[in-house]
Amino acid sequence: MSRAMLTGNAAAAWGARLAGADYIPAFPITPQTEIVETLARWCQTGEMAARLVMMDSEHSMLTAAAGAAATGVRVFTATSSQGLLYGFEMLYAIAGLRLPLVLVNVSRALAHPITLEPDHNDVLAARDSGFLQFHCETSQEVLDSILLAYRIAEHQEVLLPAIVNLDGFYLSFTREAVDIPELKEAKEFLPGFAPAYPALSGIESVALGATVLDSSLYSYFKHQMHHATEHALAIYPDIADDFAARFGRRYSALEEFMLDDADYVIIMTNSFASMGKGEIKRLRSIGKKVGLARLRMVRPFPHDDLQRVLRGRKGVAVVDQNISVGKGGILFSEIAATLYSLSDRPPVLLSFIGGLGGRRFRPGEFDGILEKMENPGETSAEMARPHLLFTTAECREVGRFFAIAEKEP
Amino acid sequence: MKREKYKSLRTISQDDPVVAGGPLCAGCGGQLSLRLFHKALGENVIFVNAASCSTLLATYPFTPLNSSWIYTAMACAPAGAQGVRDALDILKSKGKLPPGQDRKVVVLTGDGAAQDIGLQSTMAAIHRGLDFYYLCYDNESYGNTGFQTSASTPYGSRTSTAPITPSSPHGSLHERRDLFEIWRVQKPPYLATISATYPLDLSEKVYRAAKFTGPKLFIALSPCPPGWEIDPEWSIEIARLAVETGIWPLKEAIHGAVTHTYVPRKFAPVENYLKRQGRFRHLFEPKRDEEVIAHIQKTVDDYWKAALSDQGETHGGDFRAAALQPALGVSPAKTPSPRSSEIKGENHS
Repeated sequence: MSRAMLTGNAAAAWGARLAGADYIPAFPITPQTEIVETLARWCQTGEMAARLVMMDSEHSMLTAAAGAAATGVRVFTATSSQGLLYGFEMLYAIAGLRLPLVLVNVSRALAHPITLEPDHNDVLAARDSGFLQFHCETSQEVLDSILLAYRIAEHQEVLLPAIVNLDGFYLSFTREAVDIPELKEAKEFLPGFAPAYPALSGIESVALGATVLDSSLYSYFKHQMHHATEHALAIYPDIADDFAARFGRRYSALEEFMLDDADYVIIMTNSFASMGKGEIKRLRSIGKKVGLARLRMVRPFPHDDLQRVLRGRKGVAVVDQNISVGKGGILFSEIAATLYSLSDRPPVLLSFIGGLGGRRFRPGEFDGILEKMENPGETSAEMARPHLLFTTAECREVGRFFAIAEKEP
Repeated sequence: MKREKYKSLRTISQDDPVVAGGPLCAGCGGQLSLRLFHKALGENVIFVNAASCSTLLATYPFTPLNSSWIYTAMACAPAGAQGVRDALDILKSKGKLPPGQDRKVVVLTGDGAAQDIGLQSTMAAIHRGLDFYYLCYDNESYGNTGFQTSASTPYGSRTSTAPITPSSPHGSLHERRDLFEIWRVQKPPYLATISATYPLDLSEKVYRAAKFTGPKLFIALSPCPPGWEIDPEWSIEIARLAVETGIWPLKEAIHGAVTHTYVPRKFAPVENYLKRQGRFRHLFEPKRDEEVIAHIQKTVDDYWKAALSDQGETHGGDFRAAALQPALGVSPAKTPSPRSSEIKGENHS
């Protein structure tokens, strides 16, 4: 093991290297590009025994990934934002073909208006595709999650692809101290790839992706994918234990932070959860009984963990760094559905939209979220709707932009 | 083209790698092309299929192919072929692919995907020098969705998106886009047009292509009985007329140098080809559309005049040898003369 200061992107490249990926189809996009640049260099120097091919788009990149995985090699690829959407059709194809490759997504908010900083509308657009999703807070977690993701994705009873997500800029370009396992240790945790079913390179002929014109057959195959995610959820703790035993780092599907005696829980994901944790510590220091749950595994959705962690609490606030325009927070809706069947579900469940386009939290916002949970003072109709975090100061700032825009000829 | 391997029909394999009972239409020119192409390729093939009529080749739980096959999507079969080829090479380098088990990787696509939505991924695969075959069965339309206009649709054709109406009585008035020339820009090792009606020419071209590493690209003009409104049993004959009128030149380009591999002794007038097909019926009924027919004839005449007068200076040294040798009975001067000028009319779109 060695220790180095790595950006989130470099950690992702290390994850692919230690996973022994054979094949990397690539296409550049900010803020992901550093990953494929790093891998391209390693492939050229021979530090990594893989083949990297620059493709003509993310759509082609994901198709090449599918073709190679279907032929029987371990595939890694990475993209971001517009790129993920450009290749979107092939996400469903890869998942439907049951090809267990790993795709790193470096979250970046979606155009229009075009921007660079992160939110999660990109990765959450892929939530229904059949890709497993692991959302990371730190560089270390990015590296580790890639190894975990391959191990789960390639499991005989799962065979689904996985997305490992990290936030653009906030994590992709932030250097953190990372323990880099030895290749040998990584291989012991994740042995070389052997396809579970006959691949295109096998002796017998196969037809992959055949048309299904019978609706029961179609339903059957889709149900199989869903059952596979249930298997993924079931085997996850053992695999996480194995990882922890080897590397000393344990990753649960739902991270619990200062939750032991918490009356109130704030739910977050990805790197902005670090900001949330800082606020939780501050609120704790002034005697508030509040904690944070970080949703690490978004697909499969950890229903049981959420029910266990949230039942009996006085209030829960979901801070979604995404917006389903016309509805609100995507994860809020999913968590609400998860809690509904509990008789001791939290009486207060609130939705906040924050961090769009990388917007930072403003001082006092977490105090405000907590106060809302303590004294909702809202009708049930109001409680079903999202609170859009935005300050008066920001309003003034936007006004300044408008004033300039109007003056321009 | 002096044929080395395929000198008589007996040389073509009797084994059918595309078995009977597939779901494609009766008389499908695409299927005829695919069968002959596959026979010439031999065994150990992996097809990478773009969205097209051939998507339906494998309809669960059946496949008519003895070879392996994967369906991708519409825009990206060449990218899929890149992944398959690269993975085969990776397995080979790791000693995980026994010597006899290497495969030829073949993209199978229609002209809609080849010309439009899949052009980018095709050009990129050629640019990367991907070692693969590419078979475009060109039925001059989006055939699987019911015969809509594609960039291959010929001038004057009715399609389901260029219907014949009083305000646009001529059909589609876009010139067919020359995919052969688009690909040739990148000088791929091997590039050819083929026709299932000329099986020796087709098979010999596959044989010749096999000597090259890199992109080996084929466009097969493929009559589509429901779209072209022809009797399925006419498929072979209509494809013959396409060649004998000069509408579908049989040619190859090796690293960009063009050779016509078959030049009709005497070019039949294009209307012999047009009038047999329902998609051109409006050019003849209720009255002849002289302007459009003449325009189509002129386009063909101009093509061959340029091709046959070009002594191979720019298109490669083989042209004269192949096309103008007296032994082949070619009479370049006897092509029909140009007819009247372009028609002025509302475009269907």
